[in-house]
Amino acid sequence: MSLLPWTLYLSAAGALLALAGGMRSARTARWIALVTAAGAWVLTLLAATRFVPGPRLQTLVDAPWIPAMGVRYHLAADGISLTLLVLTGLAATAGVLFSWNIEERTGEFFALFLTLVAGVYGVFLSADALVLFVFYEVAIVPKYFLIAGWGSTNREYGAMKLALYSFAGSSMVLAGLLWAYAAGGGHGFGFEDLAQATAALSRHQQIAIFALVFFGFATLAGIFPLHTWAPTGHVAAPTAASMLLAGVVMKLGAYGCLRVALPLSPVGFAYWQAPIAWLAVIGIVYAGLVALMQEDLKFVIGYSSVSHMGFVLLGIAVANAQAVSGAVLQMFSHGVIAGLLFAVVGRMVYDRTHTRKLADLRAMPLHRLLPFAAAVFVVAGVASMGLPGFSGFPAELTILIGAWKRAPAWAAVAALGVLVAAAFTLRAIQLSFFGSVEQPQPPGSDRPADHALHFAPITVAEKAGALLLVAATVLIGLNPDLLLNWINPALQSPLLQAALKAGTP
Amino acid sequence: MEPRVAYLWLIPALPLLAAGVGCVAPRNGRRLAAGAAIAAMLGALVLSCFALHLALADPSAHLVYNFRWFDLGNGAVRLGLLLDPLNGLMCVMVSLVGLLIFIFSLGYMDADENFTRFFCFLSLFAAAMLCVVVANSLLLLFIGWELVGLASYLLIGFWFHRPAAAAAAKKAFITTRIGDLGFLLGLVWLYDTTGSLLLYDGGNGVLESHVLGDLATQVLAGGLAASTAIGLLIFCGAVGKSGQFPLHVWLPDAMEGPTPVSALIHAATMVAAGVFLMARIFPLAAADQGLAAAPVHVLTVVAGIGAVTALMGAAIAVAQHDLKRILAFSTVSQLGYMMLALGVGSWVAAIFHLLTHAFFKALLFLGAGSVIHAAHHEQDIRNLGGLRSPMRATYATFSVGMMALTGVPFVFSGFWSKEAILHAASEWNVSHLPLYAGLAGVVLTAFYMTRLLCEVFWGAPRSPAAAHAHESPAVMTVPLVVLAVGAVALGFLGTPAWPWLQSQLTGEAVPAHSLLEGGGLMALSIVLVATGLGAGWALYGRRLRATAGADDPLAAAAPRLFAFLGARMKLDELYAATVGRLNTFAAALAVILDRWVWGGAVGFLARFGEFTGSVNRGVDEGGLNAGFDSISERIRGAGRAYSRAQTGETHGYLRALAVAFVVLALLALLGGGQ
Repeated sequence: MSLLPWTLYLSAAGALLALAGGMRSARTARWIALVTAAGAWVLTLLAATRFVPGPRLQTLVDAPWIPAMGVRYHLAADGISLTLLVLTGLAATAGVLFSWNIEERTGEFFALFLTLVAGVYGVFLSADALVLFVFYEVAIVPKYFLIAGWGSTNREYGAMKLALYSFAGSSMVLAGLLWAYAAGGGHGFGFEDLAQATAALSRHQQIAIFALVFFGFATLAGIFPLHTWAPTGHVAAPTAASMLLAGVVMKLGAYGCLRVALPLSPVGFAYWQAPIAWLAVIGIVYAGLVALMQEDLKFVIGYSSVSHMGFVLLGIAVANAQAVSGAVLQMFSHGVIAGLLFAVVGRMVYDRTHTRKLADLRAMPLHRLLPFAAAVFVVAGVASMGLPGFSGFPAELTILIGAWKRAPAWAAVAALGVLVAAAFTLRAIQLSFFGSVEQPQPPGSDRPADHALHFAPITVAEKAGALLLVAATVLIGLNPDLLLNWINPALQSPLLQAALKAGTP
Repeated sequence: MEPRVAYLWLIPALPLLAAGVGCVAPRNGRRLAAGAAIAAMLGALVLSCFALHLALADPSAHLVYNFRWFDLGNGAVRLGLLLDPLNGLMCVMVSLVGLLIFIFSLGYMDADENFTRFFCFLSLFAAAMLCVVVANSLLLLFIGWELVGLASYLLIGFWFHRPAAAAAAKKAFITTRIGDLGFLLGLVWLYDTTGSLLLYDGGNGVLESHVLGDLATQVLAGGLAASTAIGLLIFCGAVGKSGQFPLHVWLPDAMEGPTPVSALIHAATMVAAGVFLMARIFPLAAADQGLAAAPVHVLTVVAGIGAVTALMGAAIAVAQHDLKRILAFSTVSQLGYMMLALGVGSWVAAIFHLLTHAFFKALLFLGAGSVIHAAHHEQDIRNLGGLRSPMRATYATFSVGMMALTGVPFVFSGFWSKEAILHAASEWNVSHLPLYAGLAGVVLTAFYMTRLLCEVFWGAPRSPAAAHAHESPAVMTVPLVVLAVGAVALGFLGTPAWPWLQSQLTGEAVPAHSLLEGGGLMALSIVLVATGLGAGWALYGRRLRATAGADDPLAAAAPRLFAFLGARMKLDELYAATVGRLNTFAAALAVILDRWVWGGAVGFLARFGEFTGSVNRGVDEGGLNAGFDSISERIRGAGRAYSRAQTGETHGYLRALAVAFVVLALLALLGGGQ
């Protein structure tokens, strides 16, 4: 367990090294990034082997940081954070593998990438709300530069929109946290301190504080109708950044909702529970419908992310043991599956075809030209539809079971989203890879269409990254207990139990 | 506790392994993929036979093996395997019919360049179907169910370069998923109420009496029992998968898949999964029977849907021209019969018909496949004809299948199983409408099958493809012969005189009846079969179709009705105009909202920001800054004036110097002069 803070330090050091290495050659920077990202991932896995699941955050580091304000550099982890730390390591490693072809300012790219990863590790490890907030901000800045510097389609717009939404969200969070801090007489930003301080406030104030913090974080989790940054940001981002953005950064928001907002004010949560749940289920169906109409393949994936994050938010809003454990499982699942989808679309397809328009892709026999990419996309699509055998199935099932217990209508509307997901995913698969109506020709004859179009074969790095992610989603799909055994005990923590109790009538 | 039940997982696992082999096999590893698939099915068949043997040792027992899957907050999700005569028989049927169809595919798909992939998908399908069959948990059943849907999608769309196949695959998946949505919610509800999805669990399973009692006595709003609501939701899944009205529309389109797929999935096994599901959960579906006050009973709905489907499918089949589509609508209709049997309370008759139908319908589809293969993928019956003499084995076996399906008396299996259904329907005390629908369906079935047989095999070939047809290779005809034997022999397992199947399935001794008992109904249905056969012969056999373009005699007699049935009662168009349009509308609305309202709100905020910025700038520059600016402007003006003096030009300085000197000199002179 004590290895976990080193994920953060290692990634930060890797960022500096990659910057320095990039001055020598792009190759050096790549390898530094890969070794760092994979190293940090291995650290999380090693820590996981020695992890003893329990209800409390297990403190890793605790030292005074700003003594005058009572801020402590307090890092800790429980089963929920461990799940997300492992996901971060996996997504970062796969992200480096899918960025192997970055030739332009490679050192800077990986430096920013690893800074972002370090910020994410920091958020998941923080046990002090202000430290968490600082890492949260650390994660936002490199995101902006990654998109603006290495992105595509309308990148300045996408980057700026994303940054503005993020900062708007985080300023709400900061305002809420400062309010709670001030109410508590400035003792500190520990989760329990803040919860105690808030509990002393009037009901109306608690409702307001909760709204500030929850919706601030939920903006980054893509809650409807504050989700519009997500598709444009995902589309504009370079592949690795979209993988991290959809895979991990959106989880920061959801994690903030679960870790900070819910325990902060159970009273406020009880007030907002139903509106949040309705926004979540509307988001699931709504984003799915929007995805159904998109002409750009990456936008389809972008909106599907919003739809799937709706399940996470629903699970958090329902706030019973099943739904919350399902929400954390869904965070992991979506992190892996969205990463895979963005990798196929951004790296395997777009970097070769230079188009993501479904109408253009449709004219190419991509299943023949890029069979590996086609197979991976079908697998990822099937996983994304929530079919059994992949991680999405136990996650969404658990959330539905939990939601039904609380309010059957939420579960019914959310289940409708599963149907819409099947529709837009099949449409995307058929139009992108299997749209060409070219007749198969008898063997031995020339294939002019295939000769006219030739794409570089899928590289080893891409194959390795794709197989990693596929293996992860299948492994968790078959044996969700691997994660649930960490997650479920963590739900017994007094802070979460208070929130769960408030959410159960 | 029978420890050998724990090994039931091997039955689906073997084909799954074969699918894995087919998945990693190189494209030209045809022998490897097909060999693995067939060996796995053979293994599954052998294991299934052992399993059936074990199950028949004590037909009334439900042998189970339950295990934990994952932890769910305050409980665990458990899965399980089950063995009783019902699923023992299903296992044998699925693996035997599957094996025959796999072998047939060796010949049929021989020329296909994606042969390896085909066997991979077929094995995946078989694994999923066997998973449905051996499940002792509705969740495990649902898992298999969804994977069956996936395999079906992959196989219908196998020739995805044909736009029709790609569209059909999507339609099948989405339509069945609409039903699955209900199924899923039913499961969630059931789990929420009972805390378990295991069927049998030592008294705590959802099909065991005290849980059922709880479910039936829990009354919801409107006097509906919880078990009714849950049963109807689960039935939605069966409606989707088994092609029942109103979700039957995907099944005829699914004929775009290769013909062995149609035989295996869309005739013999997958579509039967819905019937199997309802038979499996029959105690749950029947739990509300005792509630006289209930506004609706599950089984009544099942019987109604089944009756409508049976009649509608048969009527539409009369007016189709595509060989496979006729068989597809015939499947829809026969599945309706099975649901009808379930609804009137005889799940045993439904399973009996399911088993016999699996054989004779697989036989008919493979026979059709043999014809299509021989006639170079010509499947319009108007363009065929005259295949009787070149394709003797196909013709003979196809005729056996046709007679089994129409219910030609005594010798053929379809007769006995259909008789069992009609008999059960006649004893239903709620209504006799299903019986009448079933009897009407009998006439129509005999009629459209006679039409099919006459058009395809009799007369003279009406196209070059039909003229050059020749018998298929032995690898295709041998499975036909085996299935034909089954299509005859299977009927004798369940005759009233020797109700072996009924006794085994229910686990109780069912008394044998003389054939004369209930003979009136039997005689009536024999007369109806004869009527259908005679009418078919009169219209299509007596005067054979001369050319491909000639009018259908029925179309000439009743053109509007024929066109209406030919257009499948316009249901596809109706759905496109209602559900399809609603969906498009909702999606378009969502896009507009996203672009203009949420996006617009952001745009508005940005504009608002810009606007406040410019106002601020105006205030700043015009107001606050103005005073300061004017002062500094004056200073700058003064400076500018001073600086003008410093032009940096030497002659200017000299000139000024000279002027100054002159002035000073004049002053001195004037002053000195005073």
